[in-house]
Amino acid sequence: MNKFYLSSLLAVLVLALIAWVGAPALPWLFGIVVPYLAVLCFVVGVSRRVMGWSRSAVPFAIPTTGGQQKSFDWIKSNKIDNPSTKFAVVIRMALEILTFRSLFRNTRMRMTPEGRLAYNMEIFLWAGALAFHYAFLTTLIRHMRFFLEPVPWCIQLIENVDSFFRVEISYNPIQFGLPGIYMSGLVLLGAVIFLFLRRVLLSKVRYISLASDYFPLFLIMGIAFTGILMRYFNKVDLIAIKELTMNLVTFKALLSFKVPAGISPLFFIHLLFVSTLLAYFPFSKLMHMGGVFLSPTRNMTANTREVRHVNPWNYPVKVHTYAAYENEFREKMFEAGLPLEIMPEDSTAEEGKE
Amino acid sequence: MSDKKWIILGLLIFMVLFLSPFLYNVLIKAGKAAPMAELVLTPKAKAAKECVMPTPYMRTEHMQLLDEWRLKVVRGAQRDFTNAQGKTFEMSLTNTCLDCHSNKAEFCDRCHNYASVRPYCWDCHLDNPQGEMK
Repeated sequence: MNKFYLSSLLAVLVLALIAWVGAPALPWLFGIVVPYLAVLCFVVGVSRRVMGWSRSAVPFAIPTTGGQQKSFDWIKSNKIDNPSTKFAVVIRMALEILTFRSLFRNTRMRMTPEGRLAYNMEIFLWAGALAFHYAFLTTLIRHMRFFLEPVPWCIQLIENVDSFFRVEISYNPIQFGLPGIYMSGLVLLGAVIFLFLRRVLLSKVRYISLASDYFPLFLIMGIAFTGILMRYFNKVDLIAIKELTMNLVTFKALLSFKVPAGISPLFFIHLLFVSTLLAYFPFSKLMHMGGVFLSPTRNMTANTREVRHVNPWNYPVKVHTYAAYENEFREKMFEAGLPLEIMPEDSTAEEGKE
Repeated sequence: MSDKKWIILGLLIFMVLFLSPFLYNVLIKAGKAAPMAELVLTPKAKAAKECVMPTPYMRTEHMQLLDEWRLKVVRGAQRDFTNAQGKTFEMSLTNTCLDCHSNKAEFCDRCHNYASVRPYCWDCHLDNPQGEMK
């Protein structure tokens, strides 16, 4: 038992309970006010965080390198892992953002039976993260059908590809999969459960996990779970829900403050979870969505031997160079017999030339 | 700093994408978003007052019911469905459902299009058997 994941689980369950009890009594609050506030919080919060980052200085050139830096022509350099041009940096960033290469490099240290230290490739975090993020993206995109009318062909295309596998279980009374099964929803739930179990079962990962790591996992688990429940098991009135969502995106909901009747409380739990996620987003680790673009270890050009990186924090220090020092004290230094770079007669001769 | 303009540009692109449903509906559609799907009941359906099951059930579970019917007819050779009121119906999309709801375009399709659902009923079934016979 661990207070971090128990408190997170408890928080998510309390949220579900609040929506379950509150939504039938105050549908306008949970259906209109809370989602609007959550979106506002997300937009303002994310903008403020990113603008704050944009103002922060980059004191040092700290690109991490995974290969040979560009030097002599006859030394083969790694163009992408040690990028010396902006174009290579763009490629490196794109690979990082789209394929999570730094997670792919995850290793696990262990002792071999012979007593030697070995680093093994450990790709399960990478595989889980890839499944999770792309399933989430697909789920997000196909939810656009609730916010656009008519539903554009590109959204329908994604829906068709997502429901490509037609799995139907129909034994009386067990029925499953008649609204076509969306792979993304199931993969999302599976991946988020995997990432949670990884955190709980691996002692080293559990040691560094806090409530702020577990809470988003439970929240997303709740979102995926209620979504799957609504689609396949405890079906909801989709038309009433789309009427509400369309009213929200066209701001008609602000005029009437009316939520269509007949929406199951399950939907309000789903909606409160999503609203919580949006509102919580700017203040949490989830900001890695914006942060990944701004990580200096990835997005800086590794040309530290070609270009001098000037720390913007550097105070404009007044310097007194040795040449100026010698100019000032040449006569005295000469009289004291100290070694000089330019002898007094030479310096006057040079001054005369100029 | 020179990076600042790229960060602002990126943030702007993200926010436009994130708010695209709002922007699309308010600016491009200018509030003319298609209204909610309205079902048209044929006089026969109106006269019957209630479907084989209560309306809220039919609204959310009709696909399940049809799946069950198909299983019972195709695998079990059962043809009769008796509801809670004791009324018996033939388990048939073409003969029972489409008998009352003969207006597929104004009944089935309205909601399915609105919710972007593409049922595969019509891969096999005629959508308007009476119309076909005329």
